[in-house]
Amino acid sequence: MRALRLGLFLAGAAGLAGLLAWAFVDLPAFGEGRSVYASVVDRVALPERKAPNAVTTVVFDVRGLDTLLEEAILFAAAAGVAMLLRDAHEGETAARRDAVRSDAVRALGMLLAPFALVLGLYTIAHGHLTPGGGFQGGVVVAAAVVLVYVAGRGDAFDRIAPTSAWDAVEGAGVGAFVVVGLCGLTAGGQYLENVFPLGVRGALAAAGTIPVLSWSAGIAVAAAFVLLFREFLDQLRDEES
Amino acid sequence: MTAIQVVAVVLVGLAGTAVVLTRDIVRQALLTSLFGFALTALFLVLQAPDVALSEIVVGTIGFPLVLAVAIARSRG
Amino acid sequence: MTLLPFLLAAWLFLVGLYGVVTSRNLVHLVVCLSVAQSSTYVLLLVVGYRRAATAPIFKDLPVGTRTVDPVVQALTLTDVVVAVAVSALLLALALQAQKRHGTLDPDELAEVRG
Repeated sequence: MRALRLGLFLAGAAGLAGLLAWAFVDLPAFGEGRSVYASVVDRVALPERKAPNAVTTVVFDVRGLDTLLEEAILFAAAAGVAMLLRDAHEGETAARRDAVRSDAVRALGMLLAPFALVLGLYTIAHGHLTPGGGFQGGVVVAAAVVLVYVAGRGDAFDRIAPTSAWDAVEGAGVGAFVVVGLCGLTAGGQYLENVFPLGVRGALAAAGTIPVLSWSAGIAVAAAFVLLFREFLDQLRDEES
Repeated sequence: MTAIQVVAVVLVGLAGTAVVLTRDIVRQALLTSLFGFALTALFLVLQAPDVALSEIVVGTIGFPLVLAVAIARSRG
Repeated sequence: MTLLPFLLAAWLFLVGLYGVVTSRNLVHLVVCLSVAQSSTYVLLLVVGYRRAATAPIFKDLPVGTRTVDPVVQALTLTDVVVAVAVSALLLALALQAQKRHGTLDPDELAEVRG
């Protein structure tokens, strides 16, 4: 049975490899791509949006609708994990398995958590100026929260990561993205059009809707990941028989 | 193609193959972090700092954490 | 030699699929699926690369400098973060399957009824 499955797969894979090789030969050579869209975005990102980071401009302004849909996928994944793993006995404080026996890990973890939080917020805030943005910074913020658990303070982690509060935060993040898009409509333009004041190039509050959307995406991503981690880590509690 | 790009591409290929061929899931979790790191190096060499930043936070924090918890739970 | 990055994308995809097909453990399967997903990131960035170009951050560069494609980078970076959440969903499914049927082997799970 397994041999049949493997044989079938190898036959299919050989066919697919042939098709892919045929397709790749016809693509422009590595390094010779000529995308008109990319050239336009390069010339437009800084002068028209006052945002030096062209990638964040594309993520939150030029292709903002794609980012909204990706956030919807994230939201659905977090909701799916909650549905699968969240117990009906929510709120019971069963004992956590605390396996951290090293003082160095505890000390380093508690020391690094606030720095990681600041680094995450910095990455979100400077998304339109340097490489960064809501998605990267959001994961770092969630990591800062999980560091508290990794440092052996499971009780503190339970207090700072209650699922009800972070559920609301995630909803607020995705909702803020949708509402800022509606501002474009009310100002007479298109949905998710950049209608906020553009400000001075290089400032944290420049580039119109881009930092606002970056913050809302960062909050949504951080909350989704904290929820994921909390629900997974709750599975490690000692269960009463 | 510069030499460093060839090295990065080969490293990613080797790491990906190693991840798939490892049957022990604990070793595979560690190799996944290594694969993420190789991918980050490749993305940097391809002049994509935003994507490299995404991949490094996800490949060192996001994915190995849920994997480790899943493994611990599947054994406990 | 210039086909090497494209061949890497194809290789990662096929190797990931091979891992999914021949897997004996659902957690191993999810990791192999993530390897197959990373082949798409590699392909996107390779398509957007331009020879002797720099990153599309115009902090000190004059507008009009030759940079790589920022559009494919934007597509890839949201993809990377969201794919981890989807993998976490798959792992949660695997955990629930183990809780219900006691095994993580896909072949044994295929024979379970109800």
